Amino acid sequence: MKRRVFLGTAMASAAAFSLSARGVMAAAKPFEIGLILPMTGPFASTGRQIEAAVRLYIAQNGDEVAGRKIEIVLRDDASVADATKRHAQELIVREKVEALAGFGLTPLALATAPLSAQAKIPQIVMAAATSSITEASPFIIRTSYTTPQVTAKIAEWASGDGVRKAVTLVSDYGPGIDAEKTFIKTFGEAGGQVVESLRVPLANPDFAPFLQKVADQKPDAIFVFVPSGVGAPFMKQFVERGLNTSGIKLLADGGVTDDDILDSMGDPALVAITGFHYSAGHDSALNKEFVKAFGAANNGSRPNFMAVGGYDGMHALYTGLEATKGDSTGQALIEAIKGKAWESPRGPISIDPNTRDIVQNVYMRRVERIEGKLWNVEFQTFDAVKDPGKAG
Amino acid sequence: MLTILIDGIAYGMLLFVMASGLAVTLGLMNFVNLAHGAFAMLGGYVTALAMNRLGLPFLATLPLAFLASAALGAIAERTLYVWLYRRSHLDQVLFSIALVFMSMAAADWLVGSQQQLITLPAWLQGRLEIAGVAIGRYRLFLILVCAALVVALQLILARTRFGARLRAAVDNQRVARGLGINVSAIFAATFAVGSGLAGLGGALGIELLGLDPSFPLKILVYVMIVVTIGGTSSLTGPFIAALIIGVADVAGKYYLPELGAFLIYLMMIVLLVLRPQGLIASGR
Repeated sequence: MKRRVFLGTAMASAAAFSLSARGVMAAAKPFEIGLILPMTGPFASTGRQIEAAVRLYIAQNGDEVAGRKIEIVLRDDASVADATKRHAQELIVREKVEALAGFGLTPLALATAPLSAQAKIPQIVMAAATSSITEASPFIIRTSYTTPQVTAKIAEWASGDGVRKAVTLVSDYGPGIDAEKTFIKTFGEAGGQVVESLRVPLANPDFAPFLQKVADQKPDAIFVFVPSGVGAPFMKQFVERGLNTSGIKLLADGGVTDDDILDSMGDPALVAITGFHYSAGHDSALNKEFVKAFGAANNGSRPNFMAVGGYDGMHALYTGLEATKGDSTGQALIEAIKGKAWESPRGPISIDPNTRDIVQNVYMRRVERIEGKLWNVEFQTFDAVKDPGKAG
Repeated sequence: MLTILIDGIAYGMLLFVMASGLAVTLGLMNFVNLAHGAFAMLGGYVTALAMNRLGLPFLATLPLAFLASAALGAIAERTLYVWLYRRSHLDQVLFSIALVFMSMAAADWLVGSQQQLITLPAWLQGRLEIAGVAIGRYRLFLILVCAALVVALQLILARTRFGARLRAAVDNQRVARGLGINVSAIFAATFAVGSGLAGLGGALGIELLGLDPSFPLKILVYVMIVVTIGGTSSLTGPFIAALIIGVADVAGKYYLPELGAFLIYLMMIVLLVLRPQGLIASGR
């Protein structure tokens, strides 16, 4: 008898529990975001920065928006486009995710674009920076930056600063060539002249012959675009050759003085004048809080431009979902995010309603040693810059 | 353009130090060890970590880099490679290239994928003016260190008892054994020294070539070209080949940037057509 009572109550309570659980689930099916990043391989630092920022955003803003629980499904594509596409497919079909995010490099974002278009779900590009990406699918929204967006402003600043004769030196791959073309065009229109365009093979980091060529040309400035890990050896060799004291300005895309590794670059980094959309040294209360929280959650490391792209990507999804009151159909979400403007750790930004690309400030910075550590210190701001590749 | 020439020589010397170990194992022991670059990477990481985490001075880390790679080389020779001496070259290639990928994954997992950066002592930074020619101090340092190594290696091979035994073991293993020479011990020692040299090359190369987990694959091509062009019957061949490749690569990128990285392949084809056995080939 006793036993039967016990069983009965147990069953009843189990039933009640499962009922209530089902009730909660029906009220709020979780909003799953498939986050595809290079977590291993040569671009693993990109993946780590973005993942850390995404988790930080969720920790700071709660994991519930408009009654929907936010869940992240992380996949590692090791920066191989085939793997990105396969993961995206699995995430859409099997995991039923309602948004895709991440994408460390241009080919990875492009490989996924047809899938986001077909499945009609938002694809948030948090890192890849080729201008054309947002045109590849009407469901792409970008929260990183574009190479021409930054490079055009560096060229503009250079000609305003009295640079007449410049040499470009870029790594021989897509983004490098993008940067080279943009610089030559913008600098030329501003009345400057690019006397030599050097392309350095990606696999060979000894810059000796190229730098010697620069030294012999004696330009007013050299514009550099190389992947972030290569920036440090480049600057060392620039200094080794004595170019820093020869009156040749070193202008570069901010990837060269990547906040992630800037402090370990040492004094040679002090020669660089860079243009970029984010510096961990950006002087705003929001950014100070962001840098502090990021460091506290990640062993004292600094957020870089990748991290801020991931952070703002999450913000875009959160505000979109809030605006649609939990309606997660792709069309509704994209419409809700278009034209949104907010304050990011990098400064004021917005999503261009026509191109779905990010509009943001571009800052000119120089490297300075502050309390023993190296930082990118901003000294001039170009307000609300659109991607020039699509602005016209 | 003396500066270009000196840059090229420094680069070539560095290539030689990394390739010399491979020239020894491939040429003397007839063993294809594509994992050579992994030992170079180990040396690089030893230097980078000893400098950045332990705060050791640059020069003090160089012997460490040599010893660590040599020790690992000796262990690997006794435990892994010894089984492969009698196997076909294809087996050796497959086995050692697998080691390369394992070492890359291990480096990524242990240290992370980012570039390792080191700060050279002040007296190695910047450059000197000698008779109107500007020379990077570090490149001059490389040339001196590597030249000393070349002389030492040549003396060991040609003048010492060890060198004589090694040459005997290589020319005819059976007779050497019959004379009471412990061939396997000599091979193990040689392999360890070759790995140690690779490690030293890796440590010296951080400043010029950078260091990240893809390092073994990045230098593999250059090292193989040096050994192929140089021939494997002596150290003189690879040495001359390394200098030619170093100077051609640097000068090619300066004077013919359009050809750029392709020039050394072109040179390799031409040199191999002219001397298919390598620059300096024995009559064997």
